[in-house]
Amino acid sequence: MNNLVVIPILIPLVTALLLLFFRKNIFWQRVVSIISALLALGVSILLAITVAQDGIQVSQIGNWPAPYGITMVADLFSAIMVMLSAVMAIAIIAYSFNYIDRKREEYFYYPLLQLVLMGINGSFLTGDIFNLFVFFEILLIGSYMLLSLGGEKYQLQEAVKYMIINILASSLFLVAIALLYGVTGTLNMADLAVKIAALEDTRVITVISMLFFAVFAIKAALFPLYFWLPGSYHAPPTPITTLFAALLTKVGVYALVRTFTLIFVQDVSFTHTVILVIAGFTMSLGVLGAVAQMDFKRILAYHSISQVGYMVMGLGLYTVTGLVGTIFFIVHHSLIKSSLFLISGITEKITGTTDLRKLGGLLTAFPLVGWLFFIASFALAGTPPLSGFFSKFLLIKAGLDIGQHAIVAVSILVGTLTLFSMVKIFYYAFWGKEPHKYIPKDGTKWVRLTPAVIYLITLSALIGVNFEWFYSYALMASEQLMNPEIYIEAVLGRGGH
Amino acid sequence: MNNLILRTIAKRTFYLFVAFSLYLLFRGHNLPGGGFIAGLLTVAAIVLQYLAFDIKYVQKLLPIDYINVAVMGLVLATLTGIGGMFLGYPFLTQAFDYYTIPIFGTVELATALLFDIGVYLVVIGSVLTIISAIGDEKPWNS
Repeated sequence: MNNLVVIPILIPLVTALLLLFFRKNIFWQRVVSIISALLALGVSILLAITVAQDGIQVSQIGNWPAPYGITMVADLFSAIMVMLSAVMAIAIIAYSFNYIDRKREEYFYYPLLQLVLMGINGSFLTGDIFNLFVFFEILLIGSYMLLSLGGEKYQLQEAVKYMIINILASSLFLVAIALLYGVTGTLNMADLAVKIAALEDTRVITVISMLFFAVFAIKAALFPLYFWLPGSYHAPPTPITTLFAALLTKVGVYALVRTFTLIFVQDVSFTHTVILVIAGFTMSLGVLGAVAQMDFKRILAYHSISQVGYMVMGLGLYTVTGLVGTIFFIVHHSLIKSSLFLISGITEKITGTTDLRKLGGLLTAFPLVGWLFFIASFALAGTPPLSGFFSKFLLIKAGLDIGQHAIVAVSILVGTLTLFSMVKIFYYAFWGKEPHKYIPKDGTKWVRLTPAVIYLITLSALIGVNFEWFYSYALMASEQLMNPEIYIEAVLGRGGH
Repeated sequence: MNNLILRTIAKRTFYLFVAFSLYLLFRGHNLPGGGFIAGLLTVAAIVLQYLAFDIKYVQKLLPIDYINVAVMGLVLATLTGIGGMFLGYPFLTQAFDYYTIPIFGTVELATALLFDIGVYLVVIGSVLTIISAIGDEKPWNS
C-alpha cells in the first residue's frame, strides 16, 4: 500500500479546483498552474525512484482488497509515462502564458488543462480496466472542451468530428469491457490476466482483444482509424494541439501496450502479428500524407500518425528490445513532436500563417527559430546524437533480432520520407527570401515562447547523450512488461489469490 | 408564460421536492438514493420554478453562481477522499460509526455521506449551469 501512487492524479484535480475559485484572475491562474506542474514533476520523479528501487507500487482505493475494489498500480512503465506527462505539462503551460488569448484564459483554459492531465495520469496509473474507461472519459471531456474553446467555426467543425469518433470509440470500449466481464467475471487487470491464462478455450478472448485493439487504435490514431487526427490537430491553438500530440495519442499507445502485454497474451502469434501489420501501414500511410501536405501544422499532424506506427511496431515485435524501443520512441516523440508544434506556433505568431507557400526566409530574419526547427526536425528524422536516433535504432535492432525484415525495411524507408518532408518545411519556410517583410503582430513577444521549445530540445539531447543511463531504466520497465507475473503478484499478492 | 395553476403548484411543491431530495440524500448511503439522484430532484424543483416563472425571478430568489456550488461540491468530495490519506489509509477510504443524537436516536454517520453531499452539490451546480446557459443563450463574445 502506497499513497504515492494516487498523488499524480490528485495534484491536477486539486489544482483544477483551486483554479476554479479565482477564474477571472489570470495572474494567479498562471502561477498556480505552473507551480502545480512543477510539483507534479517532483512527485512523479519520486514515484519513479520508488518504483525503480522497491518494485511495483500498489494502492487499493478505499481499502477494498484487490480483485473487488479499484487498484492503482505504478510499474516502471507507468511511472515513466507519468513523468513524461509532467514534463510536457510544464512546457505546455509555460508556452500558453504568451500564446493563449485572454478570452480563453478566462473561460477555464487552465482548469481544463489540469483536468485533462488528471485523466491522462489516471489512465497511466489505473490497474482496473473499467477505471481506465472512466479516466479516458475524463480526459476526453476535457479535450472536447479544449478543442472547441473559443467557438471558431473551423474549431467547432473539427470538434464535432472528434466528439463523434470518440463517443463511438467509448461505446465500443464499454461493449468490449462488458464482453470481457461476461467471460471472466472480473475487471481488475491483474485478475483478468490470471483468469484468462486459466481459460481452456481462448478464441473468444482473441475476438474481444481485437475489439479492444480497435478502441485503442482510434485513440492512438492507427491505420485505418486515423482520419480524425489531422483536422483536430489543426483546428485549436498550438498549445492545445501540442497537448493532444504529446499526450493524448500516447494514452492510446499506453493502453495498447498495457493490455497486450498483461491481459491479451493468449495468442501472440495472431494478435501481435495484426498489430505489426497495422503498425507498418500506419507508418507508411501517415508519412505519405505528410509528404502530400503544404501546411506546417498539417505536415506535423500526419507525421504524428506515422510515428505512432513506430511506437506500436515495438509492441508488435513483442520482445524486450522492441518494448524498450517503444518506450524510447514514446518519450522521444513527445519531446520532439511537441517542440516542432510549438515552433509552428511561433512562426504562426510571427507571420500570421501556417501555409508553407506563403512562408519563406525565416532563417535569415529569425535565426533562433530557424535553428531550433533545424535541430528538432533532425531529431525527428533520427540523426544521432539526439533521442530520435536511439529509438529508431532500438526498434530496427529488435526487428532484425527476430527476423522481421519487412517491417524493418518499411520503417527505414519511412524514416527517409520523414526526413524528406521535414526538409520540405525547412526549404519552404526557413530558406530562401522572405516574400514580404514579416512584422510580428505582438512585437517581440514571440521570443518569450522560445524557452519552452529550448527546454524540450535540451531534454531530447540529454536523452541522446546520456543514452546508457536512460536505457538501463527503459530496459527494466520493458522487462517488467514482458514478465506480467511481477505485476500480478504486486496487485494480488503472492501466487494470485 | 402566465399560468396560475402551474405557478401555484410550483410554489407549494417546491418544499416537498427539496424535502424528499434531502431524504434520498441521507438514506442513500446504504439504501437506494444518494447524492446524484437527490441532486437531480432538487434541480427538478428549481427547474419547475424556471418553467412557471422566469429566469430573472428565480435568479432573484437564488442569487448564487451555480458554478461555485459545483466547485464547492467537488472540493468537499475531494477532501473527503484525501482525508483518510492523512491517517495512512488509501485514497477514498471511508469510516463510519454509530452515534446517539437526541430526537433522531442512534444514527450511523459515515464519511461517505460527506462525499455524497459533495456529489449532491456538484449535480445541482453543474445541471443548473447547463440549463441556465441554454436558457440564457449567453454568446461567447458578451
